[in-house]
This record gives sequence, C-alpha cells and structure tokens, in this order.
Amino acid sequence: MRRRRQRMLRRSWTPICQSRKAEREQRTGRRKRERRTAYFFLLPSLLGTCWFVLVPFLDVARRSFLTAAGTGFVGFDNYRLVFSNEAFRLAAGNTAKFLAVCLPALMCLSLLLAVLVGKLKIVCKWFKTGFLLPMAVPAVSVSVFFQMVFDRQGWLNELLELFGGRGRDWLLEDTAFWVLIACYIWKNLGYDIILWLAGLGGIPKEQYEAAKVQGAGDWQCFWHITLPQLKETAFVTGVLSFVNAFRVFREAYLLAGDYPHESIYMLQHLFNNWFASLDIQKMTAAAVLLVLAAAVALGAKEWRDGYRKEMEERRI
Amino acid sequence: MRRRDFGAARGQRYARKGRPTWIAGLICGGFVLLMLLPLAMILSGSLMGRQEFLETCGRVLADYDGKTGFRLFPLYPTLRAYVKLLLDSPEYFTAFWNSVIQAAGVLAGQLVIALPGAWAFARYRFPGKKLLWTLYILLMILPFQVTMVSGYLVLNGMHLMDTRAAVIFTGIFSTLPVFILRKSFGGLPAEVIEAARIDGAGELRIFLHIGIPLGMRGIGSVLILGFLEYWNVIEQPMTYLKSRALWPLSMYLPQMAKGDAGAVFAASAVTMLPAVLLFLVGQESLEQGIALSGLTD
Repeated sequence: MRRRRQRMLRRSWTPICQSRKAEREQRTGRRKRERRTAYFFLLPSLLGTCWFVLVPFLDVARRSFLTAAGTGFVGFDNYRLVFSNEAFRLAAGNTAKFLAVCLPALMCLSLLLAVLVGKLKIVCKWFKTGFLLPMAVPAVSVSVFFQMVFDRQGWLNELLELFGGRGRDWLLEDTAFWVLIACYIWKNLGYDIILWLAGLGGIPKEQYEAAKVQGAGDWQCFWHITLPQLKETAFVTGVLSFVNAFRVFREAYLLAGDYPHESIYMLQHLFNNWFASLDIQKMTAAAVLLVLAAAVALGAKEWRDGYRKEMEERRI
Repeated sequence: MRRRDFGAARGQRYARKGRPTWIAGLICGGFVLLMLLPLAMILSGSLMGRQEFLETCGRVLADYDGKTGFRLFPLYPTLRAYVKLLLDSPEYFTAFWNSVIQAAGVLAGQLVIALPGAWAFARYRFPGKKLLWTLYILLMILPFQVTMVSGYLVLNGMHLMDTRAAVIFTGIFSTLPVFILRKSFGGLPAEVIEAARIDGAGELRIFLHIGIPLGMRGIGSVLILGFLEYWNVIEQPMTYLKSRALWPLSMYLPQMAKGDAGAVFAASAVTMLPAVLLFLVGQESLEQGIALSGLTD
C-alpha cells in the first residue's frame, strides 16, 4: 500500500514529455554504468585475491580429499586423520583457550583504560603515545625482554627470591600460557584503547548531562549510556583483536621455538611443523576445517544482523 | 549571598570531579610506565659495555656464571655495541635492506591495489557486493598459517619460492587495508562527490582528485600499520624464504641473538628506530585511521 502511494507520488512529478519507459531505461542505464565503474575499481584487488588466495584454496580443498601424491581419492580419510591427531586436538584446544582468555581480558582492560584516558584531557596525547609504542617494537626485542624477565635466572625470579618466595621456570611450565597472554595484551592494548576512544567520542555529551541532572551516578551512566552505544565498536574491536591474536605466534616462536611447552602449542606451531615435514594431507584438511569454522562464525553474524535489520524495519 | 552559594556548589562539584581524575591519571601513568619498561630496558642494554652486559643479562642470554643483575641505567654507558654493529657487520646491512625492500614493495603494491578496491566497496552499488565484502572480511580474519599451503602451491607454480617477490605478493593482496580504507572513504561527504559529478567529472577523476586527497588520513594510517606489520613480519619469510641472503631483519635478529647476545640489544634498537620514528611522525594519522576503522557505518 505504502509503496504504491510512493510510486504514485513519484509519477506525479515526472515531466509529461518523458514517458515512464524512458525514465526506467535511463535508470537502468545509470545503474549499469555504476556497476561497470565499480568492477573497474575493484578488479585489480579481486583478480589478485582470486589468483593468490581463492583459486589455490580451491585446489587445497580438492587435495584434502586425495592421497598425498595427489592421485587417489580417499574421501574423508584426511579429515579423520586430523581429528584423531593428538597434536591437532591439543593445538586447537590451546588456541581456543587462548582466544577465550585473551580477547575478553584485552577488551575489558582496554575499555577501562580508554574511559580513564578519556577523562584526562591535557595529558591524553602522551598517554596514547605510551600505550601505542609497543606496536613498533620488533618481535625479537620483545622476546629477548620476556626471556630476561621470565627465565629461570630471570628478573622476576630474582625479585621473588628477594622477598623470600621461590622462583620457577615460567616459560617451561603451565605459566607459559599466561606469559603469552601478558605479551599479547602488552602489544595490543594501545590499538584497542584508540578504537574504544573513537567509539566513546561518538556518544553525544548531552546524554550524560541529562542523566547527571536526573541524579545518575558515574557507574549508572557507564552501564546505561556508554555500554549500549559501544556495541558496534565492540564488534570491530573484537574482530581486529582476533586478527592480532594470531600474530602473537611470532613472540611465542621466538621465545620457545618449534616445540614450546605444551600449554602454548598453538595451531600456528602445528601448521608450521606440518609444513616443515611436508605433511600435505593433514595441512589441507585442517586448513579447510579452519576456513569453514571462520566462515560459519562470520555467516552467523551476517545472518543475525540481517534478521535484526528486518525486524526493525517491520517495527517501523 | 546567591553568588556565594553558586560558588560553593561549583567548588563541591569540582572536588567531586577532581579525585577520580587524579586516580585515573595515576592508574594510566602506572600502565604507561609498565608498557614502556621493555623499551627502556632495550635502550639501556644497548648502551652497556661487554662486562656490564654479562653482569646483568649474561646468566640468561650467554653462558656466564654469575647472578642476574637489574639496572635501569648503565653504569658505564658506551656506544661500542652500535659502532661494532654499524661498522663491522655486513650481514646486518643486507638484512636491513631486505627489510626495506620488502616493506616498501608491499606498501607500494597495497596502495595501487587496495585503494581502488576500497573505493569500489565504499562508493558504489553492484551485484554481489555483500557477498564479496563478507569474503574479504573472512580473508582478513584468517591467520597466515591457514593460507600457507595455498600460498605455497601458487608461488611454487609460478617459480617464485625463495624470492623477495613471494613475500611481497602475499602481502600486497592482504584485505586488511581494504577494510580500513573502506571506512575512511565511506566517511567522505556525499555532497562533494555529487557536486563533482554534476560538474562533469568522470569517476576516475573523482577518485583521484577527491577521494584520495580527502581520504589521506586513512591512507596514512594504512601505510603506518602496514609498515609496522611488514617490518616485523616473521611468518611469511620463514615459510617462503630459504636462502639467508634474502632474510629480513626480523628473521636475521633471532639468529644473531643466538650467536652474539650482547649485540642483539643494539641491533634491536636500530631495528626499532625506523618504526618508532615513523610512528612518532605519523601518530596523529595512525590514531585517526584506527579510530575510523572502529566507527559504525
């Protein structure tokens, strides 16, 4: 009903000399031109991505059903091989555990610090520099420093012994996991703080003033005004933190090598070791599995967004 | 009378506001110091002489029987480590140039490829846009190790294994810059572009003369982020480069650390220098770029 009225309204404004057919042709022509320009701009990127990533990935998917030599068809045997692999289960579990701990920890801590930094107007810039600077530090420097701190004879143990505690081999025990978490947070804190600050800056100040006038406290303001409006920022921050989480492999690799303590044996280590031993069957199957997992997670998010948008439109 | 009341109320409010600010400053300051501690240690370590280095770090990093010491400032600062590094280690220079070529190649390629791609995603409607965008995000979040095999297959097929081009090509077609740039292009005012179109500017002209100058902040941040990433990258060279003559600094330094631990602090400091300098120069643009990528559409 509404659509029809709109159409009628629009029609009443068309000049008489221009028939509806001509108008439609003009519109489709414009759209076709827009489409052509868009593909013109997108083409270099799309071609490169296809050639270097998509097409070879299809080949990988094909190989995941073949024997190592690439001749015989073996069905899902390679996948079974991956799932029954002890190392794969360990690495997948560790990676999941790492993500489950480090993402919430980093996001909460950086949000807290972003709120605090936001309050400091004058020295804000210096703090931001300080927080962001670790991004520029090469992985090897980080690993040397962490080794100095957490080694058996390192600074942390010296400090503990000074106060009568007993030191331990932080990197060769389960604590290695937490050392890696600390490393990740140290490196990415600044990046996330900047993302949160941008989100915080987008919230109108008037809302806080109005709430304060009505007697809301700082905590209530944060809970009822700040948090709900940071949802989208939280998603982007989460995605980028996720991307960065896999880069912690550099520090882990430099700290502990190919075969670190089993609490930090991640999927990245596993893939690297498989690659070194040219274990192409397991690699292809595991790569397909991981891509599927990521695609499902992303697809679910897109689908939920679409659903929500539809509901909102219906409500209007 | 009334005025004094007003003043008192204001004073009270200031007092209430003053305390949290002070605490916030203290907490943030503490964290910043913690963040900067490694940098300070690396710089101080690089200024130590041989004996002093052994006394502080020798137990851990070299075979030295003694206690580990802790020193924020070197007692006898010397530039000997730097002199030795810059005058007496040709491999370090080779690695440095490899890093420069690698980072510059990737960044130049990303500009040529990712800029128009992001422009297409930000400004036009075309069939399949949503699907392609989801695909780009998917490629962005996949860790390198997942695409390692497919990358190996294609590079091997093109006989590019063990060349600099292997690392550069895989970097150029990363979709992260497209993701960041799309946000910064999408934020441009539609009126300006519409006005240019009415004045008869072609689409390419609009992109070159309006899109790029107005999107400079996003481009700057993509360049800085990309530089930090490819200056420190380890995974790709480790997988695709076999000959040591092609190794970038990020691969060469760990090897060096095993042989001569004393020089590694100086080498780290020199490696850090371009990144930190670029960072300080472009911090503003980097911040804005990161912030842009976090904004909602």
